[in-house]
Amino acid sequence: MSKILIIAEHDGETLNQATAKVVSCAAAIGGDIDIAVFGHGIDGVAAEAAAIAGIGRVLAVDAEHLATPLAANWAAEAVALAGDYTHLLGPSTTLGRDLMPRVAALLGVNQVSDIMEVTAPNAFKRPIYAGNAIVDVTVPDGLKVVATARTASWKTAPDGGSAAVETVAAANAAVDHTRFVGMEIEGGERPDVQSAPRVVAGGRALGSEEQFELIYRFADQIGAGVGGTRAAVDAGYCPNDMQVGQTGKIIAPDLYIAFGISGAIQHVTGIKDAGTIVAVNKDPEAPIFEVADIGLVGDLFKVIPELEALLG
Amino acid sequence: MKILVGIKRVVDYNVRVRVLPDGSGVDTDGVKMSVNPFDEIALEEALRLRDAGKADEVIVVSIGGDEVQQQLRTGLAMGADRAVQVRTGESLQPLSLARTFLKLVEREGAELVLLGKQAIDDDNSQTAQMLAALWSRPQATFASRVALDGGTAKVTREVDAGLETIEVDLPAVISVDLRLNEPRFVKLPDIMKAKRKPLDVVTLEELGVTVEGQLEVSHYAPPAPREKGIMVEDAAQLVAELKNRGLL
Amino acid sequence: MSEREIMEYDVLVVGAGPAGLACAIRLKQKKPDLMVAVIEKGAEVGAHILSGAVIEPGPLDELLPGWRDEPPPVCIPVTRDEIWLLRPGGKKTRLPTPPQQKNHGNYIVSLGATCAWLAQKAEALEVDIFPGYAAAEIRYTDDGTVGGVIVGDMGVGRDGQPKDTYMQGIEIHAPVTVISEGVRGHLAKQLIARFDLAADSDPQTYGIGMKELWRVQPGKAQPGLVQHTAGWPLDSKIYGGSFIYHLDKDRIAIGFVCGLDYADPEFKPFEAFQQMKHHPMVKDLLEGGEILSSGARAISEGGYQSLPKCEMPGAVLIGDSAGTLNVPKIKGVHQALRSGMLAADHLAETGRAEGFDAKLRASAVVKELHTVRNIRPAFYKGFWRGFVRAAVETVTLGKLPTTLRVHADHGALQKVSEYTAPERHWVDRTLPPRDRLASVYFATTEHDEDQPVHLQILEPDVCTTRCTTEYNNPCTRFCPAQVYEMVEEDGQQALQINAANCVHCKTCDIKDPYQIINWVTPEGGCGPNYQNM
Repeated sequence: MSKILIIAEHDGETLNQATAKVVSCAAAIGGDIDIAVFGHGIDGVAAEAAAIAGIGRVLAVDAEHLATPLAANWAAEAVALAGDYTHLLGPSTTLGRDLMPRVAALLGVNQVSDIMEVTAPNAFKRPIYAGNAIVDVTVPDGLKVVATARTASWKTAPDGGSAAVETVAAANAAVDHTRFVGMEIEGGERPDVQSAPRVVAGGRALGSEEQFELIYRFADQIGAGVGGTRAAVDAGYCPNDMQVGQTGKIIAPDLYIAFGISGAIQHVTGIKDAGTIVAVNKDPEAPIFEVADIGLVGDLFKVIPELEALLG
Repeated sequence: MKILVGIKRVVDYNVRVRVLPDGSGVDTDGVKMSVNPFDEIALEEALRLRDAGKADEVIVVSIGGDEVQQQLRTGLAMGADRAVQVRTGESLQPLSLARTFLKLVEREGAELVLLGKQAIDDDNSQTAQMLAALWSRPQATFASRVALDGGTAKVTREVDAGLETIEVDLPAVISVDLRLNEPRFVKLPDIMKAKRKPLDVVTLEELGVTVEGQLEVSHYAPPAPREKGIMVEDAAQLVAELKNRGLL
Repeated sequence: MSEREIMEYDVLVVGAGPAGLACAIRLKQKKPDLMVAVIEKGAEVGAHILSGAVIEPGPLDELLPGWRDEPPPVCIPVTRDEIWLLRPGGKKTRLPTPPQQKNHGNYIVSLGATCAWLAQKAEALEVDIFPGYAAAEIRYTDDGTVGGVIVGDMGVGRDGQPKDTYMQGIEIHAPVTVISEGVRGHLAKQLIARFDLAADSDPQTYGIGMKELWRVQPGKAQPGLVQHTAGWPLDSKIYGGSFIYHLDKDRIAIGFVCGLDYADPEFKPFEAFQQMKHHPMVKDLLEGGEILSSGARAISEGGYQSLPKCEMPGAVLIGDSAGTLNVPKIKGVHQALRSGMLAADHLAETGRAEGFDAKLRASAVVKELHTVRNIRPAFYKGFWRGFVRAAVETVTLGKLPTTLRVHADHGALQKVSEYTAPERHWVDRTLPPRDRLASVYFATTEHDEDQPVHLQILEPDVCTTRCTTEYNNPCTRFCPAQVYEMVEEDGQQALQINAANCVHCKTCDIKDPYQIINWVTPEGGCGPNYQNM
């Protein structure tokens, strides 16, 4: 019977959605699931964690030096709690990817990165070669499983739980060799195209830099990041750090809406891992309709205002 | 100060990777192999630190069969002072790689290790963190800026929320991200010079590393094709569909 | 700009193709102490090599006896030849195999993999091979002799300004430079003009060769089978046909060649290639398979009449930089190897370019070209008359006294107002790649987009005026990589050059009716990354 400990991700005030996704992965493994919350002033976060369905206990480790997720400090606490847990899981966010390998090494085991699917309590599927191949990975019997769950592959676990929250004293003092200096939140109100959960993108059909404003406006209305195809960037409709595709950014948002994008393979390479691809294009033969989950043959200059009105 | 840079021989990032029909692996027949792009960035950073007088020697390391000497020579041509090949026929996973690097670090007395944040073949992103753990030293991952000052490094890291800056005391391990720098081109005469730079070969046994507890990796498959989508008639239907799926 | 660093060699070879590598190997075999370097613009040897290819092993036996014990990675003995005449409506007729097409004893290879294999042999002999560096310009000594090359600068921005990574190209000095850039080499083009090397020959004429490497369903490929087709989807006025070479591991090398002297301004060579694949005989072979790689490269078809003078002060031309391919055999590799070895023998003996041309003309290379010299030009009068004349030339072993003249391709294009294309009976397509952009994806061609555009338009006004009216911008059709596009910008038509798509085939430099497109080499290491092509 598996005993799973999930290391929670949070910003001090709210639990990060990624944690609930790791819970889904844990549920697929089966067994008891506990969540460890490291930080300072974490009562709210611990309560949120306790409210996730299927959680046994929340272990709240509150100490000043744990306020920022420095891997050296958090890993030491995770190891102190590891005890007889069979699995230690984190999200495949930058926090999880920074932390979990350190935990694995301290526990003397290899780590499974980016679990997409669970086939047995110690067997998983994960992507390699930027998702161009999927492999089966099995952890040898008797070894602890330390892993990160690929957040794009798991649904957010529902609420409805009422786990007990246990206060646990920090087992270690702060390391003296690493110090947090500062954090610069991504500038601007618009989410970055690389990490935004929703992205709206435009192609050459937008016709001009002025008309590309339609894309920005719609994106802002739904709180999305903005992308453009190479053709749109080359034509000067949007800056080149918004370029999505083979020679631009490879992104995997939950929702990708493509306006006036033909869907050449070079662009599709950049979005093939998106959760849901929506395409609006005048040309019913456009290749984008071969990859879109939802397609609408229509004039983007009519459709965008209609969408804005419906969602307004 | 000595800087150790780990470089991995990987399938070139331009190659359209294909799974073998029998699922036993990826087709590497006749395929171009190169230095892992993130490792090139790590080496470039090490060279800049040395050229700025902050380090004395840059040692480039690769673990594998003799074919990795091709990548080590590239590293030397870029400007590394010395190369070390840890010769092994086995395919090592991050924990064993980290143990190997630890032995080299101790052997060389290196104070800074620079690694790419992940290899573009297995996409693990673990070795740097594991080495730091085994060494009981700091890790600064996904670095987009490194400023060395005496025995401390101020590292800006690319994290989901933005840019985080931490300060670490040397010795330390830094893993580098794409935006840290743009690696230099290699000058033709330097390719010739690299042939005369030292390339030492050492085995895992000599280093005292035992490979154990490796994960079993099997059954390589292509990604599942996307399911066929649906067409909607108008904006209203689109909105309804997106709301239905909980996306808006 | 600081003065460039210099490296010195006894012989510098430009281009790591079969001719250049054979030359380098032979030089070291004859004179091990010679300092020999090969410079190659592709990121690795083979990256820019694309060919069918069925090769005659004779020159390899001479250069590397014992090569059969350790053959190149893709090397399948030919088992059978088939020649087919395809007709519209899915019809086909088997034709008897002419003597030049009998491939018993020959091998199907990947020329790219073979070049990588040759490069290893060269390096074992201590030839210095430098892939990823482009010979951008010729270096001339004070008296106008060719004295080596100037390597292209790297890290230059699209605006021509140095970027942070800027690295000045060095000069490589050598008393003799061997030009082996392949078909329509950009340095060869300059040298032929400067030294008037084509004064006594006809213009060179070319074909465009497009190729795809497929993995087909198990059991469909018959390793060693060599198939060629003529007829549909071309009409009788366009020279060309396809090749289908069956390799091992369920792989098929399939390709299409059209003579670039076609007259139809609206003709689309890439589309013709894709149509051929949809003939039932071919479609059946490919259905259910997947494309591994694709690309294109011009081939030289002028043979004997178009061979320029192959020597000049300080340099020689070998292989298809000169134009040694035997068109009826559709084979150029054995000729390239031979010409490279000949150049090596000559240079080892004399140390200078002078005298090479005479030796080449007295050699088996040119003798072979002479025998088949009238076959390609016979097709200027259309397929059937060409077919008949070709048969006559074959039977008489090229010994008839007349020599047909060879014409330049760029002058052959007719104006849209003057040409009506025949009914082509082309069909709807279902096999990948769906279009040229999709095809370019499989060429894995890569150019840093922030670099000067390497396709120079010498008179840009022509593109949106005369060329549009007269020829309807044929570059948008003959380029297999969709580099050229006419787009609307501020209500006007403009030429957009997607230089990043370029597969370095040289077709545009050849076929542009105004000869205002000048292909120059982009930054070293850019361009296609062909694998096993």
